[in-house]
Amino acid sequence: MEKLIPTLIDGLNLGSVYALVALGYTMVYGIAKMLNFAHGDVIMVGAYTLFVCITTLHLPLWLTFIIAILVCSVLGFIVEKLAYKPLRGSSPLAVLITAIGVSYLLQNLALLFANTKYGMDKQFFSSFLNLGSLKIGNVTISGVDFLIWITTAVIMVGMMLFIKKTKTGRAMLAVSEDKGAAQLMGVNVNKTISITFIIGSALAAIASILFAAKYQFVESTMGSLFGIKAFAAAVFGGIGSIPGAVIGGVIIGIIEAFSTAFLPGSVNAASDGFAFVILIIMLVLKPTGLLGKQTTEKV
Amino acid sequence: MTVLETKNLGIDFGGLHAVSELNLKIEQGMLYGLIGPNGAGKTTVFNILTGVYKPTFGTFYLNGENLTGLSPIEINKKGIARTFQNIRLFGNMTVEQNVMVALHNEFNCNLFESIFRLPRHFKVEKQMHKKATELLEVFGLSKEKDVLACNLPYGKQRKLEIARALATNPKLLLLDEPAAGMNPNETAELMDNIRFIRDNFNMTILLIEHDMKLVSGICDELTVLNFGTLLASGKTTEVLNNPEVITAYLGE
Repeated sequence: MEKLIPTLIDGLNLGSVYALVALGYTMVYGIAKMLNFAHGDVIMVGAYTLFVCITTLHLPLWLTFIIAILVCSVLGFIVEKLAYKPLRGSSPLAVLITAIGVSYLLQNLALLFANTKYGMDKQFFSSFLNLGSLKIGNVTISGVDFLIWITTAVIMVGMMLFIKKTKTGRAMLAVSEDKGAAQLMGVNVNKTISITFIIGSALAAIASILFAAKYQFVESTMGSLFGIKAFAAAVFGGIGSIPGAVIGGVIIGIIEAFSTAFLPGSVNAASDGFAFVILIIMLVLKPTGLLGKQTTEKV
Repeated sequence: MTVLETKNLGIDFGGLHAVSELNLKIEQGMLYGLIGPNGAGKTTVFNILTGVYKPTFGTFYLNGENLTGLSPIEINKKGIARTFQNIRLFGNMTVEQNVMVALHNEFNCNLFESIFRLPRHFKVEKQMHKKATELLEVFGLSKEKDVLACNLPYGKQRKLEIARALATNPKLLLLDEPAAGMNPNETAELMDNIRFIRDNFNMTILLIEHDMKLVSGICDELTVLNFGTLLASGKTTEVLNNPEVITAYLGE
């Protein structure tokens, strides 16, 4: 029983980071109607950027964060321009395969870089963000935990406001509904999709900062499993929905934390799979996900 | 002043001459009708004029400027806006948002200003709200401004499409079957709306329509297309009494 609260906190931490990544998936899917499987690897690039800046270059922390966000945004922009834009209008399958290709390309480039520079791709951060902690009874909540939760909540609300209340946000909604009509109303579709990728990648960079602050390691393959789970979270919550992505992320995080903490040792190793079982059950019961819109094709 | 002029405009799809040698000349403030049997190539003409299709032959000019080959966004910025035969509103956005999307290029406010909510963001949003409200009022849609576009009754969806097209601040407005699916009352109201736009926005309008009551009621001039070629052109009453036109519509 005394494990309950700490496990919940673990789940919330993990879930909040999933949520940030799921936001990126959901935005890109919602607006560009494509699954950017390389999205998870953007986090990995962000984490390596942090590692290089902090451990090797000894830059001040604030500068490090800005560099990570810039690197990821530029990466998102370039990947979209080079790999996805030429395929706009071709079959979704071609785009999907390309995205998987980009994902492996990024992983291998990171592996190459880390192996040459550090001799090994898995690297550990010294704890770089110490924000103290709060002790309530026998439960300790660290400052980093709070930072993760608050950042995720603020970003979720910010994104919802941005989409609803700004010019660019409305253009995104219009592009998501009907690219052709949006274009004929003077909306620059290519620019809008670029902005979507930039914002999604910036969110991935923020996720990588929080991830590195909490779990303090970086690895070339960290993004892929993490990305798949975040994708599952986005689908769970209803892909295309911003609050759905966050709720999905938190639920997947909590399920994972609880299955790791409470399942017996031998089953425990399979805790990664557990979240996906729940996802399948969810999709059978409600195919559009928790907050997904019911879309019925008119006949 | 001539607003739209097309010179020998034509397009082939494979071996099919969908439109050929089309010459139109539309003067400022005119209500011009483009009619013809189904499959005559009317919507194809709209698709060429808005940049969706690139013409295979010929050129077209807006206020004397050659727009042939420009992209849909560029053409929209130059001043041609349209509605669609099968309504293409942004269904999951509100009525007001639909209009505000189309105001996109008229108001400037960059991403940075929007994200950090600098004063200009609020100023621009306020101006856009005001302009959108004015437009919605013209079409009697102010009460429904927060309704999702997909939940509007059909007749109002058609009107919202016109309001949205007008929001891009065009010089030439293309209406693709604006009265399709409307009942006689709605059509009569629509005719008033179209006249109102012409007079108050000083607009030049080219419309495709099958409803002959609407066509004969409001169009100053007509062009009749049949199998992609011009069958007749001129003053509405003359064209509608042309025996060839009657044959094309009703058969021998």
